Amino acid sequence: MTGKNIVGIVFSNAYDECVSELTGIRTMGSVPFACRYRLIDFALSNMVNSGIEKVGVLTKSNYQSLMDHVGTGKPWDLSRKNDGLFILPPFSTNETGGNRDKLASLKGSMGFISRSDEEYVLLTDCNTVINLDIEALMDYHTEKNADMTIVYKNGKMPNLTDVIVLDLDEDNKAEKVSISPVTDGDVNFSLNVILMKKALLERLINEAISLNYKDFESDIIQRNIDNLKVYGYEAKGYSAVIESLQSYFNVNMELLNPENCDDLFNRERPVYTKVRDDMPAIYGLGSKVKNSLIADGCIIEGTVENSILFRGVRVEKGAVVKNSIVMQDVFVAQNATLNCVVADKSVVITPNKTLSGAKNYPVYIGKEIVI
Amino acid sequence: MARKQECIAMLLAGGQGSRLGILTKNIAKPAVPYGGKYRIIDFPLSNCVNSGISTVGVLTQYQPLELNDYIGNGQAWDLDRANGGVHILSPYQQIKGTEWYKGTANAIYQNINFIDRYDPEYVVILSGDHIYKMDYNKMLEYHKEKGAACTIAMLEVSWEEASRFGLMILNDDNSIREFEEKPKNPRSNKASMGVYVFTWSKLRQYLIDDENDPNSSNDFGKNVIPKMHADGEKMFAYLFDGYWKDVGTIDSLWEANLDLLNPKVDLDLSDTSWRIYAKTPASPPHYISEKAKVQNSMISEGSRVYGDVDYSILFNDVTIEEGAEVKYSIIMPGTVIKKGAVVQYAMVAENAVIEEGAIVGLSPEDCSNRDDWGVAVVGAGVTVHEGTAVAPKSQVSEDVVKEAK
Repeated sequence: MTGKNIVGIVFSNAYDECVSELTGIRTMGSVPFACRYRLIDFALSNMVNSGIEKVGVLTKSNYQSLMDHVGTGKPWDLSRKNDGLFILPPFSTNETGGNRDKLASLKGSMGFISRSDEEYVLLTDCNTVINLDIEALMDYHTEKNADMTIVYKNGKMPNLTDVIVLDLDEDNKAEKVSISPVTDGDVNFSLNVILMKKALLERLINEAISLNYKDFESDIIQRNIDNLKVYGYEAKGYSAVIESLQSYFNVNMELLNPENCDDLFNRERPVYTKVRDDMPAIYGLGSKVKNSLIADGCIIEGTVENSILFRGVRVEKGAVVKNSIVMQDVFVAQNATLNCVVADKSVVITPNKTLSGAKNYPVYIGKEIVI
Repeated sequence: MARKQECIAMLLAGGQGSRLGILTKNIAKPAVPYGGKYRIIDFPLSNCVNSGISTVGVLTQYQPLELNDYIGNGQAWDLDRANGGVHILSPYQQIKGTEWYKGTANAIYQNINFIDRYDPEYVVILSGDHIYKMDYNKMLEYHKEKGAACTIAMLEVSWEEASRFGLMILNDDNSIREFEEKPKNPRSNKASMGVYVFTWSKLRQYLIDDENDPNSSNDFGKNVIPKMHADGEKMFAYLFDGYWKDVGTIDSLWEANLDLLNPKVDLDLSDTSWRIYAKTPASPPHYISEKAKVQNSMISEGSRVYGDVDYSILFNDVTIEEGAEVKYSIIMPGTVIKKGAVVQYAMVAENAVIEEGAIVGLSPEDCSNRDDWGVAVVGAGVTVHEGTAVAPKSQVSEDVVKEAK
């Protein structure tokens, strides 16, 4: 497998500030997603499914929940005698502020990177939801004889800072790189999955350090576009970028379309996560469930429509949950109603309460809040 | 040398379970799927871990491949330990020749060396045939308190059923006065659950004596326990009250599954203080479509439901297409029930396909002669073709095709 020659780097905190509601107590990587996953599961599973055996997870802040989740890496088969999973805590805290100085965290992890024997390195963020065949990406990279390959998607640019947008020639070689340009049309925007030789990354970072550069996107990618053969690799099938609470809501809801769900949870390349040993979901007499994704451990006696229920959610008799994302162990008591709500872990909705947001403005209820 | 353990468990998992018919054609009985995501063996293994017993020998013999594969290094039950943990014990070659496990007692006898490595005071003997949640540690405390050589877990069953069990007649102090094996006219309703605690030094000697007895069939129930009793060893019954079900037959396995849907039945798998662990497949959440109707059922991850599901249990990665009806049935992993098919009062094993319009099983009310009624069983990987039917009480292990006219 090609993956053996690649070391994976996951930025667990990238874009934390964009979904500040959910990342107040966690990293982007440990944001719960799709009933039973955390966002980092996609990055880790993509890597191990292509044979990558060494993954460094870069952290910056609030990473307790992340460490809780990934543990020793066992669910991804990354608990190894040789290689496996490495959590890389922030190396130095006196770097410049801001939420996502990728370059600074890479600098801090140079030791890990340079000690790796693998020839290639794959960088990835956690706010992209995709099931990516990295072996195919590697073949493409080799075939194009590229220095760097960036996975992109064609469509409307995510509303984020520092988005790499590629102008490609007919061979898919990047001619120009712009960073979060102002545009309404469809563009080729980066999903921030980037493959290159490890030696190249080391060289680029060392150069950046010596010149006191600060920014990964502009100083490493954009500045070198004429010196390097940078290629775009189009992500086919379902993928999505989480850029706000609204888009978090929308992306979860998009999975209610079985085609998207099949694409993302490709049976050939399963997505692994930490297991919780819940019993299967129980549907009581009189329950009404429609168009919903339900995890193990739920007990449903009320009505659930167009919703995403995480593990261990209770919906009591007469309770109604519509168009909502309900995270693990939430309790919706008798005759309570939720509509367009994102309820974080262990929220309790007491009887007869009604909470309603709008599809374009879901209401967020913080972890463990009792209403 | 392994570190000393006060108590270890030996789990007898070698039985064929022939009364489960085609469900145990290629797998040992303890590996039979149960309850939407479990296998029978998850119950004794989880009970061990939850009771603080972290060394478990699993004795396998019949069709061990899938069972061995399932148990693996025991990680799913937190039994991948540096000291102890789960060990698969298969019959092995010895200097005097190779022997299969001749009986339950012989199976333990052949593994005396394994047990001695941990130098335990007590050994718990379990089987992989029952669904129950039990704290073996409480039973062990009782055993110690009584200073017994052997303690047998017992359950009060209804008098009508009593003749199906091995029964015990007790003295006032719960010591055992007499055994009765499946009597016609029971004098007791106290049935043995097949869970034993032995003081190892005692049991060890009895196993050696039993092995040297050419007339013995080397069975716990038939030989070792009656012998201990005859010799006047201190033997006590430990009363268990809770859900316990032998799932040795098609009907009882089907019933035990549906018991999970009955709120009156005392078997709560959502209790986080006594979790039942299982190996979890990497399947996405299950999906219930716009048109699906699901009532009183249990559904596991990876399944897709577009049709009607009533009073049934769906394992992981099952597909129920639009217009298909599933009632009072157990559908095991990976099976597809196609459009318009009807599956009722049935168990469908893994990766089977019920084609469009096929009919499996029948409700007892629709059966003209009640004696003809029974749970229909479709074997693993079987395709039941369009327009065919699987009769109640029948078992099919080959594809069902329309007869040529």
